[in-house]
Amino acid sequence: MSVLVYAENAGGKFKKSVFEAVSYARAIADQNNTTLTAISIGDVSADELNTLGNYGAHKILNVSTDQLKNFVNQAYASIIAKAAEAEKADVVVISNTFSGRGLAPRVAVKLSAGIVDGAVSLPEIANGKFTVKKTAFSGKAFATVELTSVNKVIALIANSYKVAENPTGAKAEDFSVETKESDFKAMLKEIIKSADKESLPDAEIVVSAGRGLKGPENWGMIEELAGLLGAATACSKPVSDAGWRPHSEHVGQTGIAVSPNLYIAIGISGAIQHLAGISASKVIVVINKDAEAPFYKVADYGIVGDAFEIVPKLINAVKAYKASA
Amino acid sequence: MNILVCISNVPDTTTKVTFNANNTQFNTAGVQFIINPYDEIALARAIELTDGGNGTVTVIHVGEAAHEPTIRKALAIGATDAVRINVPAHDAYFVAVQIAEYVKQHQFDLILTGRESIDYNGSKVAAMLGELLDIPSVSIIKKLDVGGTQAIVEREIEGGKEILTIPFPFVAGTAEGVAEPKIPNMRGIMSARTKPLAVVEPVEVKTFSEIISYETPAPRGQVKLIAADDIVKLVDLLHNEAKVI
Ligand SMILES: Cc1cc2nc3c(=O)[nH]c(=O)nc-3n(C[C@H](O)[C@H](O)[C@H](O)COP(=O)(O)OP(=O)(O)OC[C@H]3O[C@@H](n4cnc5c(N)ncnc54)[C@H](O)[C@@H]3O)c2cc1C
Ligand SMILES: Nc1ncnc2c1ncn2[C@@H]1O[C@H](COP(=O)(O)O)[C@@H](O)[C@H]1O
Repeated sequence: MSVLVYAENAGGKFKKSVFEAVSYARAIADQNNTTLTAISIGDVSADELNTLGNYGAHKILNVSTDQLKNFVNQAYASIIAKAAEAEKADVVVISNTFSGRGLAPRVAVKLSAGIVDGAVSLPEIANGKFTVKKTAFSGKAFATVELTSVNKVIALIANSYKVAENPTGAKAEDFSVETKESDFKAMLKEIIKSADKESLPDAEIVVSAGRGLKGPENWGMIEELAGLLGAATACSKPVSDAGWRPHSEHVGQTGIAVSPNLYIAIGISGAIQHLAGISASKVIVVINKDAEAPFYKVADYGIVGDAFEIVPKLINAVKAYKASA
Repeated sequence: MNILVCISNVPDTTTKVTFNANNTQFNTAGVQFIINPYDEIALARAIELTDGGNGTVTVIHVGEAAHEPTIRKALAIGATDAVRINVPAHDAYFVAVQIAEYVKQHQFDLILTGRESIDYNGSKVAAMLGELLDIPSVSIIKKLDVGGTQAIVEREIEGGKEILTIPFPFVAGTAEGVAEPKIPNMRGIMSARTKPLAVVEPVEVKTFSEIISYETPAPRGQVKLIAADDIVKLVDLLHNEAKVI
C-alpha cells in the first residue's frame, strides 16, 4: 500500500496546484500510515523535481525521454498506471486540470479503480468505507462519493486544499518504463500561449465583467485592476458570445468553473448559470448599479453604483494599498 | 464519415438544485430535462462535418425510456439515427463501458461527447471511452477540423491552447467554440418521429463508485454593502477581514 501523486508540469515548472496535490496526497498517506511517491513526466530539472520533497513526497520518480517531453494523455496514463503498480499504490492523486481530466479517467480504467473527479476535501475513511466529497451540479451542490474498489483515483480541484510544507529531503530518481507506439497517435503541433498573465482555472483572484461594461473597448480598466491584483480576467457568457472577450474567459455552467479566493464581479447580473461556475469562490465582491441584481444574494461585499466610476476608484485604492504595504 | 455522438439527459440550466430522501437523491420534481448543452455542441459539429450526405451521425444515450424526448430532440436537430441503451446510468464508468461495447460492434470514425455533463461534471466519459477502446482521446476541445485521415483539434490548457493532429478513430469532448448549437426546424421535428431509434440491452458492469449523499453549499452571510464613495474601506476589508489580498 502507498499513495502516488502525479506532478503535472507546465513548461518544466510546477505550479501551486501541484504542491496542493502533493500536500493532499501526503495527508492521505498519513491517514493510511503509508508513504507518498510523486511522479513527474516530461522535461523538468532536478532542482525543480526536488521541490516535491518539500511538500511531503518520500520518493520522487522522474520519467524523461524525448518522446515524452510533451503531454500525451494516452502515454502518460500508461506510465502513471505502471508506476502505481511498481509502487503498489492503491490511491493515485491527479490535479483536476485540463490535462488531468484527459488523464485521470484513463488511469482509473487501467487500474480498475473507482474515480472521484473534482474532489474538494480529504477522503474520509471510516468503517471500511472510503468517501470523498466532490462538486456536483455545476457548483450548485456537493456529492459525497464512496469508492468501493481496491484502487482509487482522486482528481483534486485547484485552491481546495492548502499547500503544507513537510520537507523529506527526497531526491528525484529516474524511473524507466517501456512505452508503446500506439500510445502516441495524437501529435502535438503547436502550443499557443494566451496573452493573459494569469490562467483562469487556477487563479487565486479573478476579476470578471459582464454586459454592464457596454463594449470591449471598456476592458482596459478590468485588465488594469486584474494586473494590480495579480488576478486572471473572466467574463459572462453574453460577453464572449458577442466576441468582446475570448470564449476561454467565459465562466459559468457552460463555461469554466473557478474556485478562487476572491471573485470580483463587475456589471454582471448574477444569473443562475453564471453563479454555477463561481459558487466555489471563497469571497465574492459585486459591483453593480442595480441594488436588486441577484448577484448581491451570494456576495460577501458589494458596492452599488456605476462601474465606470467605481472601478477607477478601486484601482486607485488598490494602488494606495500596494504602496503602503 | 460515421460519427457517434454521446448525449446525456441533464436538468435544465435554470434548475434550483434540491435533494430528498435525507439528502440521498436529487429531487427531480418539477425539473425539466434537456440535452446536456455541451452535447448539443458535439451534435452540431457532427452534423456540420457530415453535411450533404457525407456520412452519418448516430446519437447514443444510456438511460431509461423516459429520456426518449431528449433523444428525439437530437434526431430533430439532425442526427441520422439513435441508440438507447436501456438501463439507468450508474456512473461515468458504467456509461463508458456500455457505449464502448456498442462501438465494438459498429464502426465509427469519430466519437464525440460533451466536455462534461452539467449535473455530475465528471469530464470522464471521453477519456474512459478512449481507454476502453484503446484509441486516443482529448477531453476538452475548442475546435475540430478534418483533414483527410486525421483531425486537427485545439485543446485548452491552463494559460493557452495546444493544437494537435489525431488520426481517426478517436474520442473528443467538445466545449464552447467547436460549433454553435442548432435549433430544430419544423421539418426536423416532423422527420424525427420516423427516424430509427434502436433500443439495446445493457451489458453487465462491475461498478466502483456510489453517491451516498448530497449537500448544498453553506449559505453566505448577508452581503456587506460599502458606500460608493468609501472604496478604501473595501480594500481594507479584503485585506484585514477577508484576508484575500
Ligand atoms: C443554457 C444556458 C447556459 C448559460 N450558461 C451561462 C454561463 O455559463 N455563464 C454565464 O455567465 N451565463 C450563462 N448563461 C446566460 C445567463 O442566463 C445570463 O444571461 C448571463 O449570465 C447574463 O450576463 P450579464 O450578467 O453579463 O448580462 P446582463 O444580464 O445583461 O447583466 C448586466 C448587469 O450589469 C449591470 N450594469 C449595467 N450597466 C452597469 C454599469 N454602468 N455599472 C455597473 N453595473 C452595470 C446591470 O444592472 C446588470 O445587472 C446561460 C444561459 C443559458 C440559457
Ligand atoms: N448517460 C449517458 N449516455 C450517453 N452519453 C453520456 C451519458 N452520460 C454522459 N455522457 C457523455 O459523456 C459526456 C461527459 O459526461 P461526464 O463524464 O459525466 O461529465 C457528456 O457530455 C455526454 O456526451
